[in-house]
Amino acid sequence: MFDRMNRGLRNIGHRFIDRIWRLGSASRFFFYTLALSGESLRRFHLTVREIYFTGVLSLIIMLVSALFVGMVLGLQGYNTLQKYGSSDAIGVLVALSLVRELGPVVTALLFAGRAGTAITAEIGLMKATEQLSAMEMMAVNPIARVVAPRFWAGVISMPLLAALFSMMGVFGGYLVAVPLLGIDDGAFWSQMQASVDFREDIVNGVIKSFVFGIACTIIALFEGYDAPPTAEGVSRATTRTVVNSSLAVLGLDFVLTSFMIG
Amino acid sequence: MDRTTLDLWVGIFVAAGVAALVGLSMKVGNLTSSNLGVTYSLHADYENIGGLKVRAPVKSAGVVVGRVADIHFDDTTKAAVVTVNIDTRYHFDKDTIAPIYTSGLLGEQFISLLPGGSDENLKNGDKIGKVQNALVLEDMIGKFLTSKASETNDKKAE
Repeated sequence: MFDRMNRGLRNIGHRFIDRIWRLGSASRFFFYTLALSGESLRRFHLTVREIYFTGVLSLIIMLVSALFVGMVLGLQGYNTLQKYGSSDAIGVLVALSLVRELGPVVTALLFAGRAGTAITAEIGLMKATEQLSAMEMMAVNPIARVVAPRFWAGVISMPLLAALFSMMGVFGGYLVAVPLLGIDDGAFWSQMQASVDFREDIVNGVIKSFVFGIACTIIALFEGYDAPPTAEGVSRATTRTVVNSSLAVLGLDFVLTSFMIG
Repeated sequence: MDRTTLDLWVGIFVAAGVAALVGLSMKVGNLTSSNLGVTYSLHADYENIGGLKVRAPVKSAGVVVGRVADIHFDDTTKAAVVTVNIDTRYHFDKDTIAPIYTSGLLGEQFISLLPGGSDENLKNGDKIGKVQNALVLEDMIGKFLTSKASETNDKKAE
């Protein structure tokens, strides 16, 4: 009885310390990546190649989801606003919720699922097949050659993807509100323009997506780099990427929002 | 460095992303309307500004002609000093009245400029003499109740 309890406690403690340990090595990994990113910016075509894989290839899923998110927002918003006789404010509702929250957050969640997993699996497999060790043997630093370009590609792609997401979402909302539900075209845009502020809403949204870009990419890279070099290890690391990125994005979103609103 | 189709796609992606950002600021946001160009500033003292905020529009005949630049409390006069920036294209005379109105029933508050009949125009740094405070719902309800009460008193007296 006592023995089992003891073992359980030890297990919890071990897990906790392990988490802290990983947090520490992830932070070290982050600063190491920043310090070694000179090469990826000098040989920019390395980064461009990664922008293609993380940004361009994520475009389709982002745009299609944005269209549907915008359309659903339009329908739901209309349904509720109509009860208060202010269905003209639908443009404001769609634009503000997309630019402030849904754009950056949903983009980051999709990014973690679409690009983050790919990064983790790729780096994990590179490690499992000893490509990273081979690079080290040739005096090529794998962080500078493999990790840093992917990091910058993610950081550059995320705000652009979020902007495209918001734009497409607003278009989706427009499609539902104006041709389908018969809201006045002028009221839709003018009310939106009157309430969406450039500094307060759009710039803050870009700041958010920039922070999410850093968080999602560094988590994906770290999980891949830290994965045990086995098939099971890589699969676990991929799962952890999605879980940790999603939690990090939602947590950071709360922190950033409270800073921005407060 | 030789070009590849990959570069082209990345170029398209970055251009589309930047275009979306610009589009968001122009079409969705108020960047276009907030750039008034060259402005001059006027002051007005209010006893009560209600819910007026910095960057609220200043309208004349319903057209935005400027924005509220600053609001502060003057300790000596115990009044709210509102500074507004007006586009230099528009001129207002010295008799201009500046009431604070509310757009819609529960909408945002803005300053309206009603032109008067003076020949002289307001210059940069001038003070708008005639103002009208924001309507406060509690005051209105209070007035309504007292007038009702006096009405019933009158009836009783008859």
